[in-house]
Amino acid sequence: MNEEIAFLTVTALAIVRALPVTVVLALTSALGASAVAVALVAAQATRVGRPLAQVWIFVFRGTPLLLQLFMVYYGLAAVGPIRHGLLWPLFRDPLFCAFAAMTCCCSAYIAEVLRAAWQAIPPGQVEAAQACGMSRWTRVRRVIAPQMLRLALPAYGNELVMLIKSTSLASTITVLDVTGVAQTLIAHSYRTLEVFCLAAAVYLGLTAGLTALLRRIERNLERGTGR
Amino acid sequence: MMAADLSPLVLLGGGPDGWGPALLAAAMLTLAVAAAAMAIGTVLGAALTAALMSRRRWLARAAATYGLILRGVPELLVVLLLYFGAPGLLASLAALMGSPAPGSPPAFLTGCLAIGLVSAAYQAEVFRGGLLAVPPGQIEAAIAAGMGPFTRLRRIIAPQVLHRVLPPLGNIWQFNLKDSALVSITGLAELMRVSLVAAGSTRRPFLFFAAAMVLYLVLTSASSALFRLVETRGQRWAGGR
Repeated sequence: MNEEIAFLTVTALAIVRALPVTVVLALTSALGASAVAVALVAAQATRVGRPLAQVWIFVFRGTPLLLQLFMVYYGLAAVGPIRHGLLWPLFRDPLFCAFAAMTCCCSAYIAEVLRAAWQAIPPGQVEAAQACGMSRWTRVRRVIAPQMLRLALPAYGNELVMLIKSTSLASTITVLDVTGVAQTLIAHSYRTLEVFCLAAAVYLGLTAGLTALLRRIERNLERGTGR
Repeated sequence: MMAADLSPLVLLGGGPDGWGPALLAAAMLTLAVAAAAMAIGTVLGAALTAALMSRRRWLARAAATYGLILRGVPELLVVLLLYFGAPGLLASLAALMGSPAPGSPPAFLTGCLAIGLVSAAYQAEVFRGGLLAVPPGQIEAAIAAGMGPFTRLRRIIAPQVLHRVLPPLGNIWQFNLKDSALVSITGLAELMRVSLVAAGSTRRPFLFFAAAMVLYLVLTSASSALFRLVETRGQRWAGGR
């Protein structure tokens, strides 16, 4: 019994020590993906950018993230200009590759969320803003963006939860995140159930915390609308 | 001749050095994994929905907890847990019944089960949303008209629920297709695994991962076209009543 408790404590400590890797990967890719998604939505308003953005979204939503990870980590490493170029120190690092693949993949999903929110804004409001003489930038800042934020938040939150869960795939390209450390621990101890349950508890904590935070933000945003 | 010198057409073709047939067979296996997972998810998801809407508090709470956990934990962890945990679980089950340990179950089975368990949690939410959209007055009216439970299900509930449930089920199907790539870590020769093996043995990872991407895109876009077709058919049928 004592041995069991000692094992669980050591395992839990090792997993918690890997938590920063998972959190940093999730945070940076969430920021990167959101920025790229905004660029994708903006690009869809232009004639040249529209097909490019659509191809980007089609490819990254239609293929598994695992395959995209392997493409960035192993596939791009075999391409001459990357292998011998200036960016090689970046693409040699599995953590950067995980960040790059997750940014590309999640940006496609978030762009679809943002586009849906954009389309939900009544066109009359944009026309009215135009009629008031607002410039394009003022329209975006005063009329479109605040409403998009509120409309997109629930679906955007779902995408962030998905993103946290998909950081676990980074373990397949040798990143020692929570899942990666859990797999190493199992290879040493052969105690599958205990180790995976501890790792699962860490992810559950992260996703539940994020969900609670988002719900609080949603409530705060709704207070301003008088609903 | 070294594989690294062969042209992409030869490598992806059907000749002795070509991986084309293997990749196509692997794509079919990916489709089979996703379909089996979807079926497991539908059966289990329907049971979960019944539990969620049950009047027994503990049953509803247990189903809600299942959904919370399976939707909050990475799919990869579920796949890994079943893959590494299933042999031990089977062995202890066999020990309980007094028979010798059966060894590890086939990778296809554990893989489908893992994806299906996750799929069930999402499908249960979809079914519940669909059921809640049927006004209770209609059910009461059907009961008053003397319809039995099966006739109610067939004439009142199913047509309306199916209509509402089809688009979100299409989304879940897409996720199953993509999650089936995770089963590759169990060694099952589906599309992800075969492209990895081909990339390793020919040392042309870019080529084979790109080929796998194209095949996945064919699978996802063909199935989304199919779902859209069924949806429009369904709408026409619902509108033609």
